[in-house]
Amino acid sequence: MVTVLTDARRARHIAEQVPDPELPMLTLADLGVLRDVTVAADGTVVADLTPTYSGCPAMSEMRAEVSARLRDAGFERVEVRTVLNPPWTTDWISPEGRRKLSEHGIAPPGPAPRPAPGPVPLVLSATRSAVPCPRCGAADTEETSRFGATSCKALWRCRACREPFEYVKEI
Amino acid sequence: MSDDHVYMSLAEGHEDNARWAYGTGFEDPLHGVSTAVPDGVDRAELAELCLALADDALVSAQRLGEWTTRAPELEEEVALANIGLDLLGQARLLYARCGQVDGTGRGEDAYAYFRDADDFRNVTLAELPNGDFAFSMARLLVLASWRLAHFELLAGSADPVLAAIAAKGVKELTYHRQYAAEWVVRLGDGTEESHRRMQAGLDQVVPCLAELSAAHDAGEAVLAVLAQVTEAAGLSLADVPAAAAGAGRRGEHTEHLAPLLAELQSVARAHPEATW
Repeated sequence: MVTVLTDARRARHIAEQVPDPELPMLTLADLGVLRDVTVAADGTVVADLTPTYSGCPAMSEMRAEVSARLRDAGFERVEVRTVLNPPWTTDWISPEGRRKLSEHGIAPPGPAPRPAPGPVPLVLSATRSAVPCPRCGAADTEETSRFGATSCKALWRCRACREPFEYVKEI
Repeated sequence: MSDDHVYMSLAEGHEDNARWAYGTGFEDPLHGVSTAVPDGVDRAELAELCLALADDALVSAQRLGEWTTRAPELEEEVALANIGLDLLGQARLLYARCGQVDGTGRGEDAYAYFRDADDFRNVTLAELPNGDFAFSMARLLVLASWRLAHFELLAGSADPVLAAIAAKGVKELTYHRQYAAEWVVRLGDGTEESHRRMQAGLDQVVPCLAELSAAHDAGEAVLAVLAQVTEAAGLSLADVPAAAAGAGRRGEHTEHLAPLLAELQSVARAHPEATW
């Protein structure tokens, strides 16, 4: 049986498969940054991307990669637009994306907090709400730094297997 | 694409020259975002606000970056650099919006690299040298709390682009404020020496609240945070000065801004047409 994809579905599929430059085990679809892919009446493919963090330097790389892959697939006119609203949240990382993160030793985020007015939550002890170790599964883990090698990750370590690991922090 | 590895693809030729965000000649960070300004929004006021908020962020980012290789621990360098990167991203978006609405059509590089100190509108607190780590943490707590409170209001701005930039920034600034608050408590409630230096850092920052309160009416939120955090830290909060129009928003700066800009702008000015 031959499945004929419409241009729009084919374009969407291509854009969805582009890997994230910093977390290459994830596709842009897994990460939840690809907001829409449409084909205009004149054949222009319009892909909407949203940044994870305001300063994420991977954004221009994502844009270039989406554009290049669509052109390589035969779409002559491609426009990749930035969409800022609503702001990206880690809740948009797909279940498949969370599974891949765990598989690669990166703890996936929990539910994103809703920014709320009120006092600053001051918790100074190293042990926080349990992020299970993505390697051994132990709950006995602690944060070593809330900021890591990329904007979206924090540094943690497992007190059971002693391995350090990265954690995609909720935002 | 012949090579699926994303890092290998960096070496391939593309029509689009924009690659990683190093150097000058960045892409427009607002590419594809509608440039329209809604009826009833004063373009000059909007541009002025975007510029001031962008300058606060750019100058703060530069100071935070200076901690790299100098912070007490590697983790703190990573954290401060990350906070600076968030602010740099906010500055880029705000400069781009400013260029759309102020009638000049300038891009972000023109604002960041080709204006002199007199043209900057950041509050002077942002430009003061980093000094002691404790002072830097007190300043970060105040600036993050102030910017967060202001961005929460701006998320409802009549300008949809500014509203979107602010709504995104709120999430980032919440992390920045948290980070600074924890250090203020850790140092204030730490050893005799750390307490002494944290108190000194706080005392240096408090007089600057006059300029902040005058610039944006977010002073109450900042005071609430300061009261909470200093109490938890066992620090005493000096009398907060009344709001007084600050010099920074008028382009009058301390002697510390020009050297900061000289470092920030030197490469771009030496090679004004360069892209890499």
